[in-house]
Amino acid sequence: MMDQRTESCDIIIRMTVRIMMPFIQLFGLYVIVHGHYSPGGGFQGGVILGAAYIMLSIAFGLKDSTRYLSEKANAVMGSIGPMIFVGVAIVCALVGGLFLDYSALDKIIPLGPIEWRSMGIFLVEVGVGLAVMNIMLSLYWDLASNGEMEEGL
Amino acid sequence: MKKLALLATIVTGALLIYGVQDFAPWGDPDAPASRHLSPHYIEKAVEETHVPNLVTAVLGDYRGYDTMFETVVIFCAGMAVVSVLRRPKS
Repeated sequence: MMDQRTESCDIIIRMTVRIMMPFIQLFGLYVIVHGHYSPGGGFQGGVILGAAYIMLSIAFGLKDSTRYLSEKANAVMGSIGPMIFVGVAIVCALVGGLFLDYSALDKIIPLGPIEWRSMGIFLVEVGVGLAVMNIMLSLYWDLASNGEMEEGL
Repeated sequence: MKKLALLATIVTGALLIYGVQDFAPWGDPDAPASRHLSPHYIEKAVEETHVPNLVTAVLGDYRGYDTMFETVVIFCAGMAVVSVLRRPKS
């Protein structure tokens, strides 16, 4: 069933998605990393990264697209996102600062307390981006296939 | 019962609209909202965090709790959808 579906998918669409995919992902990473200097950040970049994978599953068929990012990997990455955020906050508290006080991380790697507040925001944004990307994708997977993960839109 | 609900909605809405009149004018620098913390963020954020983008500084540092639980809310929403909809292959 799925093989037929993949065969019937237009080759132009599949090639276009294949070419666009790295550029969209690169742009998503850029939006996350450049959040310090321009509009952007974890939420926006995560949505772009998630949209890239949603596009992949629309073009290649839902089941085939899980070859590139399996359901288990998606769930693990989606859980690691909030864990990075809360983990950074707890490490701040453990080394002697307040909860979420990034300047305390200076005691682990001395970059200067102010520079660490900037770095802490970056670490936290990466966690937000991971969480948003994988939750977006898993929402699409489950809503589009009625939770059966057999056939998407 | 439906008429009563409509009446309650209209009365509450009218009260809220009446309350809007007491808001400070839009963009008023003397409004209580722009006198308390906003000047500190605008003047000190770059100095204190080395982040040129004020929005990111407030979102990630000053309001870190807010952002943390936003992430947790998104995570919970995803888990809820998965646990309600996902069915194992039969």
